[in-house]
Amino acid sequence: MRVVLTALMLLYAGLALAIDSEPPFADPGLQARYEQLTHEFRCLVCQDETVADSNAELAADFRRQIHGMVEAGRSDAEIRQYMVNRYGNFVLYKPPMQRSTALLWAGPFILLLLALVIVARVVRRRARAQEGAP
Amino acid sequence: MKKLAQYTPFILPGLVLLFLIGLFARGLFLDPSKVESPLIGKPSPAFSLPELKQPDKRLDQSLFQGHVTLLNVWGAWCVACHEEHPVLVELAARKLLPIYGLDYHDDPQAALTMLEKDGDPYTAVLFDASGDVAIDWGVYGAPESFLVDKHGVIRDKYIGPITPEIIETRLIPMLQQLQAEP
Repeated sequence: MRVVLTALMLLYAGLALAIDSEPPFADPGLQARYEQLTHEFRCLVCQDETVADSNAELAADFRRQIHGMVEAGRSDAEIRQYMVNRYGNFVLYKPPMQRSTALLWAGPFILLLLALVIVARVVRRRARAQEGAP
Repeated sequence: MKKLAQYTPFILPGLVLLFLIGLFARGLFLDPSKVESPLIGKPSPAFSLPELKQPDKRLDQSLFQGHVTLLNVWGAWCVACHEEHPVLVELAARKLLPIYGLDYHDDPQAALTMLEKDGDPYTAVLFDASGDVAIDWGVYGAPESFLVDKHGVIRDKYIGPITPEIIETRLIPMLQQLQAEP
């Protein structure tokens, strides 16, 4: 059993490495930035995969571009802007805070506040009902 | 009156439910594979690419100057482009506007064979071997087509194969509007 598992894991390890065709950076700092960035962008043909995880040709092109830009010394913000200029905010997994996404960001807090108000009212009403009872 | 009051706890959840149903119903009719391009209203990205049929000739974004142009992004490897191709050939025969091709990630021989066999609707074909120019245009899946105005500004984008219906209902009205602009 253990042999089979090890063999399977080795097989998948190979697959995991095979996705990225870009040569690794000599500098581990740059490599970390490259990996971080490729995990931030959506591959638009296979919409629920990141650029890092996707096997699609488009994702490979994105990785090549990002690799080149990291190598050329462009900042993370510049690289994000490059992607957004071409593909819009949808390319980002984490949508930016702006007017059109305000509800998206504030929504959970508004709901939480609403729930707290309702809970407080219910609690108060029940307390009052109990006071009124003998 | 009392009878009505016993339903009040259900009013708010009921409204929320209706709102969600409305939202989901709308979601059913949206196509998530069509992402609006941020390039609409922006000038064409700069490029310099060889022409597919005459590789020693290079073309750049100045080709858009002076007339409304359709730029069609395709590749011989792209199944949906083959499906779209006869529609483009027919459109080109009507001589409404010049159609330029952007052939990317392609084997030039396969592309030439396709044009020879199925007809060539293109005034010229930009050949983008690496796909870098396609990325500059925000292309994520072929075919995609851009309507570019006389000043080289991108005005509309069609994602997926162009159909006769798109031509009649969207492309031609927009084309007439753009041609009327100074």
